[in-house]
Amino acid sequence: MQENTNETLNQEHMNVNRRVFLKTSGTAVAGSMLLPAFIQSCQGSPLSAGLQAYLDHFEVNAQILQRVIATALSKGGDYADLFFEHKVQNSLALEDGQVNRAYSNIDYGVGIRVLKGDQTGFAYSETVTPEAMLKAANTAANIASGAKNISAADLTEASRPDYYAIQKNWEEVGVPDKIPFIQQLNDKIFAMDERVSKVNASLTDETSYILFYNSEGTITFDYRPMVSMGAFCIMEKEGQIENGYASRSFRMGFEFLNDEVVDLLAREAVERTAILFEATKPKAGEMPVVMGAGGSGILLHEAIGHTFEADFNRKGTSIFADKLGKKVAESFVNIVDDGTLPGNRGSLNMDDEGVASEKTYLVKDGVLNSYIHDRISANYYQVAPTGNGRRQSFRHMPLPRMRSTYMEIGPHTKDDIIASVKNGIYVDNFSNGEVKIGAGDFTFFVKSGYLIENGQLTRPIKDINIIGNGPQALADITMCATDYLIDNGTWTCGKSGQSVPVTCGLPTVLVKKLTVGGLSA
Amino acid sequence: MTKEEKYSLANWAIQHALDHGADQVAISIAQSKSSQVDVREQKIDTLKEAIQSGLTIRLYVEGKYSAHSTNRLDQTELARFIEQAIAGTRYLSADPFRSLPEPSLYYKGDGADLKTVDRGYDQLDPATKVELAFQVENEVWKKDDRIISVTAGYSDYTNNVVMVTSNGFSGDSERSTFGLSASVSVNGGDARPSEGWSERAILFDKLVKSGIGATALDRALKKIGQTKIGSGKYNMIVENRAVGRLFSPLINALNGYSIQQKNSFLIDKIGERVASEKLMLTDDPFIVGGHGSRLFDNEGLAAQKRVVFDKGVLSTYFIDTYYGKKLNMAPTSGETTNLVFETGSTNLEGLIKAMNNGILVTGFNGGNTNGSTGDFSYGIDGFLVENGEVVQPVSEMNISGNMKELWMALAEVGNDPYLLSSWQTPSLLFNKIDFSGI
Repeated sequence: MQENTNETLNQEHMNVNRRVFLKTSGTAVAGSMLLPAFIQSCQGSPLSAGLQAYLDHFEVNAQILQRVIATALSKGGDYADLFFEHKVQNSLALEDGQVNRAYSNIDYGVGIRVLKGDQTGFAYSETVTPEAMLKAANTAANIASGAKNISAADLTEASRPDYYAIQKNWEEVGVPDKIPFIQQLNDKIFAMDERVSKVNASLTDETSYILFYNSEGTITFDYRPMVSMGAFCIMEKEGQIENGYASRSFRMGFEFLNDEVVDLLAREAVERTAILFEATKPKAGEMPVVMGAGGSGILLHEAIGHTFEADFNRKGTSIFADKLGKKVAESFVNIVDDGTLPGNRGSLNMDDEGVASEKTYLVKDGVLNSYIHDRISANYYQVAPTGNGRRQSFRHMPLPRMRSTYMEIGPHTKDDIIASVKNGIYVDNFSNGEVKIGAGDFTFFVKSGYLIENGQLTRPIKDINIIGNGPQALADITMCATDYLIDNGTWTCGKSGQSVPVTCGLPTVLVKKLTVGGLSA
Repeated sequence: MTKEEKYSLANWAIQHALDHGADQVAISIAQSKSSQVDVREQKIDTLKEAIQSGLTIRLYVEGKYSAHSTNRLDQTELARFIEQAIAGTRYLSADPFRSLPEPSLYYKGDGADLKTVDRGYDQLDPATKVELAFQVENEVWKKDDRIISVTAGYSDYTNNVVMVTSNGFSGDSERSTFGLSASVSVNGGDARPSEGWSERAILFDKLVKSGIGATALDRALKKIGQTKIGSGKYNMIVENRAVGRLFSPLINALNGYSIQQKNSFLIDKIGERVASEKLMLTDDPFIVGGHGSRLFDNEGLAAQKRVVFDKGVLSTYFIDTYYGKKLNMAPTSGETTNLVFETGSTNLEGLIKAMNNGILVTGFNGGNTNGSTGDFSYGIDGFLVENGEVVQPVSEMNISGNMKELWMALAEVGNDPYLLSSWQTPSLLFNKIDFSGI
């Protein structure tokens, strides 16, 4: 239940000591060995060996799945699906110079969903015995009230792309293999700048096994790896304390870790902190804002992405609810939500409703081209689903959610864009954002950037919020450069109490006018 | 799992860990149940029920520390899980500040019943829940032509936690909460303002069950015609239910981690005046029926009532055992319980009259505070106040400043604490805050 429709995005440094983290995070010691191993069994089944291994892993077979689905639909539901998930998270963290803490988490269960039109019944079970699943299926079935006999659909295995092929999976990697990289990250940061006084660094890897089956007979599975590494840096000089954060996250295996990524993170954390000693606040008010390539994609996520999610539009609560097919931006504006970028944090081989992922144009040549759909909304709008049905875990119902949201390149250059601004700001480092779907007001918090005076970048600025209105901001993108960049930080999107990993990206663009926080004249 | 079964599993897990090389161990086993009904357009939109269990183990092995959790509670699997966790912990660097708390600081089991749980949770009829959600929707269903969408919801939650440590703590706690809410979107020209309202209670019988839909609708209609106004310094009232966004950076700055890792703007400030004299705040764990009430914290430390700010003078930090050792300070618990303000003499309306001219902030939109410096900037929406009257809804504006200056600028405290939260924040009036608009 949700009182307000404020959607958020954030990549703030998290204090891994907090109890809240213990609930959701995890050590490099917990493993898949706790459960039946992934063995390829050959029982003359028409299913692939890969799929059979997932059925074995969750200790189910086609007959059990069909019985659970039949029970789920026994009261008259139109559609039902089963989402099995086994997730292992391991985390190592450094504080005060040493890798001196580890966390791990194992989560396992099945979510059972029944649809009746656009109504949803949902229950989950943390044990996957037939009895436990049938009980949960009965609960979810209650969204409908009637009686129906279902004959089981034949199993059809969905074809699987492979957007995150990995070289070495995390379950083969031990604690001692990971520790040196975190230690080096700390040591490099301290070596780069004598003002550094504290570093918090962490490495988290995650492996999820997903098995999906629905009442249409579609059956599929997915192996989802994820790694995130970040450093939070504190510097002190003459009583002034400043902090900065840098992170990278990918659907990758152990091959993610190398000297290059450690160097990159160390340099970025130090640069992002050092700049703040010279930084000031801009004057408060409306002004042109140049969004630097990369993390500025937060603009798209907040100003446009959430308001394009079709659940809000189906209910009429989004400010974009009546704008499909209409011109909403300059003709050079092409905005994409993409689940197919190799190794990207937001990529999915299939969404959490078993639908193949795709590259979806939200805005094509300045025209609103598509909403972001899950099964319910695609059915409502009578369009093909876009592969955006996502859920935080088996404990949650799927909702239309973003993946990697970015804008394609435009006709201008970065230099021309900056030169065109007499008085404004340039921003390229962000921590979080939020949007009010109905009013269309969105915000993003700028960790650092620069003043633009007479077409030149001058003094650094820091810690200001920027607020705008979605449709207006989209129409106000008047210039777009050729320097497209995806930000691969640890971006996490929040909606209806569910978090999912995403990324965002943007070439350098000019937004003609936004309201910038700061000091009054 | 019964409470006895949880204790038995916890004691077994502790022994298993000690037998396999741990020097100290803490185990907590939690189980929760929840249900949720959302209704829309006179139909059930979603129906959800859940039961969840989990075990968390904190391990101290050869001076090294790690923590692990799992929802696989089968004893054979747990044995393996614990052994692997201990093996992994040995590879970490030793941390001399890690240990379980001093046993003398543990809760000893002699506390009063704080009435944090409704024992009738399981008896509640599912049909009643659905009926209540519809009742909320029906308050506003077709009541105004401008309504675009109404979502009404009922939710409940209960949990029980058993915690045992290898150096003598053993305790359990229970909680419940019941809630009703409404979210209403209205047609306001291009914009579609949406506002919500909710009620919440520990006991089902105490849950306020009417006025929720109507209040949400009223608040949404008042937002029609939102506009931004000129940048400048304005006096500011923040409505009680919205204060948390500005208040949490102040509380974060008092946390042991923030102090020791220099991510606080209130380092070494105990005994100093850091806020207006109007700020009088107590952390009180013992309020009967309080949302944050408890007899012990997540380490087992016995709860204590503490003054946090006395006339703006900082009296305590929130420090757990680990950061207490790092900072060489006595642990006070790393978590807040019920935060209770000494309230003023007037309600929100009285504050609006008292402010005369300024901006009433009713909601925040994004924004953040730099923990190290206290610099903040937040998006807001609310109302322009002129001559003691609300005259115009405003939105798409930011407030900016520094937390230290903000809390010094606290001018009046309302008498309307927000009792739906453990942070019982009243409406607050601040002088001369920087707003950015046109």
